Amino acid sequence: MQAISKSFGGVPALIGASLEVMPAEIMALVGQNGAGKSTMIKIINGAYVRDSGSISFNGAPWTAGSPQQAQRAGISTIFQEINLIGYRSVAENIFLGREPKRGFGLLDWAKMNAESAALLARFDVKVDVREPLERFSTAIQQMVAIARAVSFDARLVIMDEPTSSLDEAEVAVLLRTIRQLKADGVAVIFVSHKLDELYQVCDCVTIMRDGKTVAVAPMKDITKLQLVASMLGRDLAEVKKKGATAFEGGDSNIGSEVLNARNIAIGHRVHDASLDIRRGEIIGLAGLLGSGRTETARAIFAADKKSSGSVTFLGEPAEFRSPADAIAAGLGYCSEDRKSQGIVPDMTVAENLTLALMPALKRSGMLDEAKQREVVERFIKEIDIKCAGPNQKIRELSGGNQQKVLLARWLCMNPKLLILDEPTRGIDVGAKAEIQGLIKRLAGEGLGVLMISSELEEIVEGANRVFVLREGRTVAELAHENITESDVMRAMAHGHDSA
Amino acid sequence: MTTALDSKKDRPRVFDRAAFFQRYGVGLALLLLIVFNLIVTPNFATSQTLAVNLTQVCTIVIVGVGMTLVIATGGIDLSVGSLMAIAGALSPMFFTGQLIPIPNLYVGIALGIVIPILVAGIFGLFNGWLITKFSIQPIIATLVLFIAGRGIAQVSTNGDLQVFKVPEFQAIAIGRVLGVPFQVWIMLAIVIVAAFVLHKTVFGRQVLAVGGNEAAARLSGIPVSRIKFLVYLICGMCSGVAGLIVIAMNSAADANLIGLGMELDAIAAVVVGGTLLSGGRATIVGTLLGALVIQLVRYTLLANGVPDPAALVVKAGLIVLAVWLQRQEQA
Amino acid sequence: MQGFRISPSMAVVAVLIILTLLGAWRYDGFLGTYNVQTVLRYNSMFALVALGMCFVIMTGGIDLSVGSVAAFSSVVAAHLSPYGLFPGLAGGLCAGLLAGTLNGLLITRLKIMPFIATLATMLAASGTALLLANNQSVSVSYETYFTNLGQGDLLSFMRPEWVDAEDAGILGGILGFILSFPTPAFIALAAYIAGGIVINHTAFGRHVLAVGGGTEASRLMGLPVDRTIFLVYVISGGMAGMAGVILASQFGAGQPIEGIGWELFAIASVVVGGTLLTGGNGSVGGTLAGALLLGIIFTILNFENGMGWISLSAYWQSVVRGVFLFVVVVLQAKLSRAAKAA
Repeated sequence: MQAISKSFGGVPALIGASLEVMPAEIMALVGQNGAGKSTMIKIINGAYVRDSGSISFNGAPWTAGSPQQAQRAGISTIFQEINLIGYRSVAENIFLGREPKRGFGLLDWAKMNAESAALLARFDVKVDVREPLERFSTAIQQMVAIARAVSFDARLVIMDEPTSSLDEAEVAVLLRTIRQLKADGVAVIFVSHKLDELYQVCDCVTIMRDGKTVAVAPMKDITKLQLVASMLGRDLAEVKKKGATAFEGGDSNIGSEVLNARNIAIGHRVHDASLDIRRGEIIGLAGLLGSGRTETARAIFAADKKSSGSVTFLGEPAEFRSPADAIAAGLGYCSEDRKSQGIVPDMTVAENLTLALMPALKRSGMLDEAKQREVVERFIKEIDIKCAGPNQKIRELSGGNQQKVLLARWLCMNPKLLILDEPTRGIDVGAKAEIQGLIKRLAGEGLGVLMISSELEEIVEGANRVFVLREGRTVAELAHENITESDVMRAMAHGHDSA
Repeated sequence: MTTALDSKKDRPRVFDRAAFFQRYGVGLALLLLIVFNLIVTPNFATSQTLAVNLTQVCTIVIVGVGMTLVIATGGIDLSVGSLMAIAGALSPMFFTGQLIPIPNLYVGIALGIVIPILVAGIFGLFNGWLITKFSIQPIIATLVLFIAGRGIAQVSTNGDLQVFKVPEFQAIAIGRVLGVPFQVWIMLAIVIVAAFVLHKTVFGRQVLAVGGNEAAARLSGIPVSRIKFLVYLICGMCSGVAGLIVIAMNSAADANLIGLGMELDAIAAVVVGGTLLSGGRATIVGTLLGALVIQLVRYTLLANGVPDPAALVVKAGLIVLAVWLQRQEQA
Repeated sequence: MQGFRISPSMAVVAVLIILTLLGAWRYDGFLGTYNVQTVLRYNSMFALVALGMCFVIMTGGIDLSVGSVAAFSSVVAAHLSPYGLFPGLAGGLCAGLLAGTLNGLLITRLKIMPFIATLATMLAASGTALLLANNQSVSVSYETYFTNLGQGDLLSFMRPEWVDAEDAGILGGILGFILSFPTPAFIALAAYIAGGIVINHTAFGRHVLAVGGGTEASRLMGLPVDRTIFLVYVISGGMAGMAGVILASQFGAGQPIEGIGWELFAIASVVVGGTLLTGGNGSVGGTLAGALLLGIIFTILNFENGMGWISLSAYWQSVVRGVFLFVVVVLQAKLSRAAKAA
């Protein structure tokens, strides 16, 4: 495909991006969040329609009208959340939509089961195909999805982060399956953030950033570091340029320890994450997607259960059982998903801002409206929330202003520690600088900040110290002058502990 | 470009037709109905007409208030009619001295009012327990008591009609204050208190937050389970009150009939009133107006010679229209 | 590889069999022709409605309109009964299909959630029934064969005399037992057999379950999601229509105010029968067992009272049904949570 462009409501998601895959080639597709990978995939499989550009498939011009049409033409997509039906049997999941029949409209179960078993056997998967799919591991379910794709005579299989919830043994099985596909002459587009896997299985890599294709290279000709640098848009030779963010400015006074998390483990995703934060400090938590940053933050906030590990808060062991406990102790957490976990869309700015503060606004059960107004107006002015007034619905605000309201939700609580998960994602440049400046100011006033960000410059310029997570483990702690983009990238790519 | 987008988004919209209908549609419909009746229906502007129409909606509104709170959290309660039956069946046992002889009639009446309401509340808590503890969908969790609740009421009275003549008790429904039946005052009091609670108290705010975005509410430290428990408790107690009014009006308790089909009437009133079925936005006054609109449509049709059943068909249309308008606005 | 699993529907069948055997052992005449006929004749209507509901619930939907649709179609059937058995039958059935079509359109076209759409249809059907019946029950014609549908015993004409002889033996006993089934029971049985085949052996049936198991995934797999959803409501309407025809025929009148609470009884049967209320998994046979189980509780209470040991009013049946439902939903919730944790 060539020079593909696609905009959503005036916001460009793809700007002349291109991608080329040969038969029997395994192409890695990598890029940060918002780089345009998923848009690209969805244009290929017909979920979206491109605005401009051309696509050819098997040598002929091609436009998919719908995922079903793409599937019939030989393009199958396997999503991260497996799009199969858990309650139905393995065989059914392979044949749903074109079940073999025996006349009178009756199904030919024997044929369906036999063909399914034969298909799976090609990938060395031996299971009872009559069992419901949900009884099998995620890896087997992935394999069933692949078998379904192959049974459609797929010529191109697109896999969107198929390994993100698999353990090591399962990944090995999946990679073997992908190689089998290649041996059968099928082309594969493989999206993953786990670099090791890419090097194990892929022939070539296409790197995307900001809606453009920035590099295409054979896997063997590109180092991990080059790959990460290219993804993040950093030239290795380039000197760290100053002033790209609003974090610049005098160092703050760093005080006593606020939080210390040791050896946090959560299910499959996080194995051994540790970090500590002191008063007045901005701690960056860096890592590629899927490295367990959000999971670690949510576990500290007690939004999810951790499997093991310990947290101390203000020097005391902290056993928060719910976010309410964590909030009472002085924590705040801004989720990366503003829409589904942050705002209450039908509520006003004032109501959203005081959501966590409500226990403090209670005066014999009633809402102290005078105090609420005072708090809300103070914050609207102090952090410059642009809205028609406290009673405007929050969903009518821009992303940046919604984010400010959510920040204010915690700031009005006078927290000791604020966890910010991608605080500037999806926010325009102006508001971004304001929010960065605000974070800096707050830390200067003694607040501890744990900031997760995929933007390297934000981490490098903003943080006093940086912890780097790689595949669920803390692999590096970088402090002060040691924080350079290349160090962070190296840790994200290789996991060397520079300490 | 983004800044242009922002400034446009940050300005409140000048006129939003869907939002306008959402907010004032019920009131407007009610107004139109009243004007229409004043012109067309003979003898409409009489206190008699007013009293008839108000007593018809009283129990629906009272249950509807509880239902509004439940729906505001994104839930639903099918058991309201059965809880009414339980409260209604229980009450006469106290003031008729059937259960234990109570020497003082007024003590008996007091117990006959308080205990049934509390019992209905406890059954409401049972709904809340199923929903929060086992994460069972509200519609099926409350189905349990929908079925068993009426059975409990019937078993406790052996299915018999309990006839009584205790004017002191019946005053709660048919006594008049300022010429208006006492039950109307009860209804108004409940509506005012609930509207106040929903819009002016911390609890009300938390109810709307749970329905508006449960994940965000949890992350903001709101005790989601406790809020859900409370709304089902309140809904149960409202049903209890309604059950008492029904038996006081009929001067008889029939466990087979009290509150039969009430769940649907209450849900209809809530929906027509403009409360969002998915939760997060609710209006108590809207529920009152919704119930009045449904009742007045029925009255208008009857008064003008249209048979009663046709009103059911119109009611069905009203419900579909209300929900369809909600969808249009969200899209 | 996999061990033997007790599915929820197998459990309910087991409970049904145990209760039946218990009844047969404990009470005289429990399996007698009269009792069996009464139980089956009456519960066939509920079983039919529950079958339609089962299809709807398998897609993750709900149909609250079945009770009033049955009432509506009983009135239509009663009005048409003077023209003969088939006009009555076809008219009632069409009335049900029409209501089902309305549900399907509201849900798939106007995108109104099933709960509300079917609630509206419920009111509309009930209103229309009352209008057509002029607020009273409508007598059916006894001139035609219409009443045979509900009151007759389909196979009684072929009952050989020897099965009623003293020395008929076990075979004769069983044959006599089956031949004494009332007509509605055969209709329900046929519907369930057809329903079982449709669910388990046709593409449409598998799509019903797939849509309930994952609507979005089904769409991505290219299944005709809207058509499937539309059809289950039509089926449910048709079943309610059939139940209405039997109602009119059995009681000799179209009953515009019957059917209150049928929908919830049907939902309870489906859920007790092991079908997940969230859709995607379920069993037609389990639903039949669930409906019979809830129906038989009434009979057992009756017989138990007849023994004179205890005196439980018939009203206990609702309580017992509620308790059954409670146990089943809590178990389902626990099982699904355990499955998630694993």
